[in-house]
Parts: sequence; C-alpha cells; structure tokens
Amino acid sequence: MRLRADRERCCGSGMCALTAPRLFDQDEETGLVVLLDPAPPPGDHEAARLAILACPSGAITESEPT
Amino acid sequence: MTELLPEPAPLPVKRRPECPFDPPEELVKLRENYPVSRLAYPDGHIGWLVANHALVRAALADPRLSSRYEFMHHPFARLDEVELPPVPPGYFITLDPPEHTRYRRLLTGKFTVRRMNLLTSRIEQITTDYLDAMERHGPPVDLLQAYAYPIPALTVCELLGVPDAELDLFQRLVSVSARDTPIDQVIAALTAARDYIRELVAAKRANPTDDLLSDLTTTNLTQEELEGVATLVLVAGLDSTANMISLGFLALLSHPEQLAALRADPGIAESAVEELLRYLTVVHTLARAPLDDLEIGGHQIKAGETIALAVNAANRDPAHFAEPDTLDLKRRSTGHMAFGHGIHQCLGQQLARIEMRAAIRALVTRFPSLRLAVPLEELQFRDGVMCGTNQLPVTWG
Repeated sequence: MRLRADRERCCGSGMCALTAPRLFDQDEETGLVVLLDPAPPPGDHEAARLAILACPSGAITESEPT
Repeated sequence: MTELLPEPAPLPVKRRPECPFDPPEELVKLRENYPVSRLAYPDGHIGWLVANHALVRAALADPRLSSRYEFMHHPFARLDEVELPPVPPGYFITLDPPEHTRYRRLLTGKFTVRRMNLLTSRIEQITTDYLDAMERHGPPVDLLQAYAYPIPALTVCELLGVPDAELDLFQRLVSVSARDTPIDQVIAALTAARDYIRELVAAKRANPTDDLLSDLTTTNLTQEELEGVATLVLVAGLDSTANMISLGFLALLSHPEQLAALRADPGIAESAVEELLRYLTVVHTLARAPLDDLEIGGHQIKAGETIALAVNAANRDPAHFAEPDTLDLKRRSTGHMAFGHGIHQCLGQQLARIEMRAAIRALVTRFPSLRLAVPLEELQFRDGVMCGTNQLPVTWG
C-alpha cells in the first residue's frame, strides 16, 4: 500500500490524525495533513483505509491499491 | 433514467414520541424507496431531497454545489418567517472556495487534534465545577441549563478570549438559543451578541491577549471579517455541542445496558461519542445550491434548485452501517456525517469531541442514579434546525 496526502485539497479537519495517528499528523501551524508513513506496514492498512473513508475532502488517497 | 417520483412534500421532521432518537418514518421510507426526491420548501420552492449515505456523502463533497445561503431556499419554515440579520463577511460557513479556503485556513491550525487534546484537563475542570454546582443545588435540575449549555459556552468563551467579568453577560446573551424562544427574542439576542462581539474584536485589536481572537488580529482580516469569524466560532460550537451532551445522556438513559457499559469502562468514551454522534445526528439536515445543471442518482437537477441533504437518514443507512438503528457504543462509526462532509466539515469537531467525552463521562460516573425527573413522553422535542429538547429535567439520589 502506498498513501498520498494532498495538502491543496486538505481542509484541516484532523480526521486522519484522529483515525490513524501512526500514519498522519497535522502541521502545527496550518493544521494541514502531514503524512508520516507513505508505505504503512500491513498491520496499519485497515487504519489507513478508515482514514481515507473519514477524510472529508478526499485529500488522502491510495496511490497503489493493494 | 426517468422514474416517477412521489408528489413534492415538505421535509419530514416529526419523530415518533416513543422513539424520539430515530429519523422520521417518512424520511426513512424515502431513503429506502426514493433516495432522491422532490421537496416542497416552505417558501413554495420545489427543490430536492437526498437521503441515503452514498449520495449525501457525494453531494457534500461535490464542488459544483454551493454553500452560499443567498442561493438557497431553506428547508425549515422558521428561518423564512422573518428577515434574519445579514450574514457578516468572514462567516465562512456560507462561502465557497476560494473565499472559504482563505478564512478556513487561518483557523485550521488552531483546532488541530493535538491542540484540542491539550484542553482536556481544563474542560474536565469545567465539568467538575458544574457538577459541583448541581450537587450543591440538589435535585431536580434542568440538565440543559445546569450542564449541557454552560460547558460549551464557557469553553468557547475561553477560546475566543471573553474576559471573566463579562462571561455572565455573554452566557445570558447566548443562552437564549437554548429554548424554543420566540423568533423576535432570538433576533434581539443575536443582535446583542453581535454588538458584543464587535466591541470584543475592537478590544482585542487594541490590546491583544493570549486567545484565538487576539491571534487573528495579527492576520490581514478586517474588523468586520473578524466579527464574522468570531460569530461563526461562537454559534457553531454552542447549540450543537449542548444538544449532543443532553441528548447523548438521554439516549444512554434509554439504553440502560449501554449506559452500564460506559460506566463500567469510561475508557470507551471515544467510540461512545462517535456512536452517539452517528445515532443522534443533531444537525439533521444540510442544504446546498447547484450552480449548474447536474445529475444526482439518475435525476436531472437544474441550477438553482436547492438540494436538502438528510444527514440523519444517511447516518442510519443500512448500506453503510450494520444494524443502523441499534445504539452500540463499541461499534466503529467511521464515515458518519454528524459533522458534515466535504470542505465545510465542522472545523471545531475535535474540540466538540473533547467536550462531549469529558461531559458525558463525568456525568455518568459522578451521579450513578441520575435519571429523568419526568416521563420521556413528556419531554418536548424541537423539530427545527437542531435536534434537542426544550428542557431536560433530571433528578438523582
């Protein structure tokens, strides 16, 4: 699994950081998405998919679906 | 696809008294049979209603749908009866990109998960203070006035930087929206609150302190824009959170096994709050205005035909949530749209989560015998923009 996070699309809801804190954070100043792990281990794939589902702006995508 | 749709009807809002937490029955029927249907708006406009999870989610993420109030007809009667004060600039919930983006991005850094988590202990202190006051007062009390409103009101005041000495005045101004108040009184209160905010913004510009509003005075926002932003932060965080706290507790009372599970393990407060958000969906209907003709769920929708989005029906959609009408505090409710969806999704949602977790956790652990002081059927539910009750009399001991 490869993840991408698009800061242009991001609306800073924090849903990714809430849902999958090992994979995503928010920039301290702007609150926009920070991708911590673009290639998460299998154990984090479900959390990644939930973060994609929870993201309101479609900023998080799976670039190489598994 | 041309499908024969039922005649346009007003938005179903009446809930069954024996099951006040469920969306109206007619709305559920529409979701199952006609997820896109014609809606008769109170002003005579014939627009649309979208009622299932997939289509509501897609619509809320659709950049062709505008959030500007001036392009919309209101699905609720009350808002059309009178002229509300004009929306100030900076009130960005009703703006589209790029204006919306400019304002929102000034604030996203202030409402991050991490920053909001830092407020937990302060909010827990606030809940303790109000529970102490409830205990001193003794039963019965109206939980809305004694607890559910003060918590978000005080939190948002501290965030904005309302001085301690002015809190009483300010809370009186904002608490008018707590009841089914006559609309002229609501407008008077709104006007008073707006006058207050104007003075507050001017004061922060002259003498910045350590708070959100003062921070914003260092941006290029004008006085009027600052007033709009401050008004939005205030109104968005108050009624919604208060009604979630009160209805959340009421829903727990009505599901004793769930209440017992939360009492036994307050550590489930996070999933419990998500599930209560989904189950209750206090902001039950949103609206959007298509700027161009478009197709939704096989129906041709013309520019200017307002689309109402039944978030409450969507959050009970069996296509997305298993056994959607069951309150299950341990379930995973990801994908609920209680805070909306798309670029307008609630900016303060991480703060609301902290408040709701702290408030509900403290309430159920502090007063184990807390219960309704009147029969459930006697509670008056509001059927306006926000779901809630006029009062919530509770007793204990």
